[in-house]
Amino acid sequence: MAELWTGYIWPTIIIIAQIVALVVPLLLAVAYLTYAERRVIGGIQLRIGPHRVGPFGLLQPIADGLKLFFNEIVVPAGASPVVYLLAPMLTFLLSLVAWAVIPVADGWVIADINVGILYLFAISSLGVYGIIMAGWASNSRYAFLGGLRSAAQMVSYEVAIGFVMISVLMSAGTLNLTGVVEAQRDVWYIIPHLPMFVLFFISVLAETNRHPFDLPEAEAELVAGYNVEYSGMAFALFFLGEYANMILMSGMVTTLFLGGWLPLFAFPPFTWIPGVIWFALKVAVCLFIFILTRAALPRYRYDQLMRLGWKVFLPLSLAWVVITAGALHVFGWLPQ
Amino acid sequence: MYARTNKTARVLEAARALLLLEILSGLWLAITYLFKPKVTLLYPNEKGAVSPRFRGEHALRRYPNGEERCIACKLCEAICPAQAITIEAEPRADGSRRTTRYDIDMTKCIYCGYCEEACPVDAIVEGPNFEFATETREELFYDKERLLANGERWEQEIAQRLAADAPYR
Repeated sequence: MAELWTGYIWPTIIIIAQIVALVVPLLLAVAYLTYAERRVIGGIQLRIGPHRVGPFGLLQPIADGLKLFFNEIVVPAGASPVVYLLAPMLTFLLSLVAWAVIPVADGWVIADINVGILYLFAISSLGVYGIIMAGWASNSRYAFLGGLRSAAQMVSYEVAIGFVMISVLMSAGTLNLTGVVEAQRDVWYIIPHLPMFVLFFISVLAETNRHPFDLPEAEAELVAGYNVEYSGMAFALFFLGEYANMILMSGMVTTLFLGGWLPLFAFPPFTWIPGVIWFALKVAVCLFIFILTRAALPRYRYDQLMRLGWKVFLPLSLAWVVITAGALHVFGWLPQ
Repeated sequence: MYARTNKTARVLEAARALLLLEILSGLWLAITYLFKPKVTLLYPNEKGAVSPRFRGEHALRRYPNGEERCIACKLCEAICPAQAITIEAEPRADGSRRTTRYDIDMTKCIYCGYCEEACPVDAIVEGPNFEFATETREELFYDKERLLANGERWEQEIAQRLAADAPYR
């Protein structure tokens, strides 16, 4: 009995507590990301944005959430109900599951596994399934076209993301994300790998279907793309999933290039600020750039998107892998 | 695709594209707009300026001594393109001609302002009020009483606006 408690029940309780401690702030962050986006884009367009609900409109995301919660979930007559309802759940779930391996501070990680980056890459690749399933199961032209576009787009940009990750991994000499952050103690990888940072960030925009690569849900052509038939909580899950994915990808950029939880400079007063705050700050900066890009740039044409992915990013990232490998070998900078 | 200029220009062009200069300047412009004054009007609390010629809710005016201006000439009824105005008139006890009924169907009215233009005594006017939404259709069938009440309520502003616009009439 004692063994059952110490061996199984207690660890389970600990893990569940860890998950709750991670997911609750994350969902709050998602809610307030939508608020921040509306305020920032409003500001750039010389508007004010939501400011009526609560002080400074801070209760707006809660009001939106409640409204969606009480809306009816409409399942179209021609839709495939199981897949149709499974798709938003999958999207939402995958955007949360990936957080298991991201270290938000020194040792603050749910699963400190050796192949953290591969896990992250695998989960973010799975994200496309939610969208394809939604597009197919809706049995609607617009949703279907959105699903197709999204599949092609996400697959194209994953290749570039993969090569960028290889460059970083070679420099760090580990697949463990805590190890990657520790390897950036001397210099964040944004400095030696600056071109790849830019390339990675743009690919991430494409991967999360954000502007200027939001072709899967291009409102002007496809109404809303893959989520056109969704309503109520099903739509809310897609929406939350998309924004959680943005935060996840910002977390990934932070971990790989911006030194994770490490302070800006390794001396006081910078070292007095706890690691979680540094991590959150860096993620917030990335998210601000996400929002800024949406406000400033027009949407790409589909052929431009494909050209950029396959004919610019793929060769550039591949060349950088070769350059990195060569530099590490020639100058003897290989880790270990 | 590229203009056949010298090689330096083409190299510069490629460098600009590769360094994302245009995109960065675009993002910077967006950031500068973030700090500009906002143009939003907080509507129920703040309201925009209304021109003296603004054609809002109708009102029937009175002379300063309290006598109705309207002489029941029915020019407004005749000119109304939407036929929203209905007038009935009789001589009063003192022999002057006055309306016994003056109705405007605000759901028919197209706010063209012809009634105001046609009126020889500035009796029917379109005032500055545009916030007269109602919850039922019936409330928008205005009768004489309602129009005169409007005239009393808005007289000051209506008189100012008429004076401001007079030089252009």
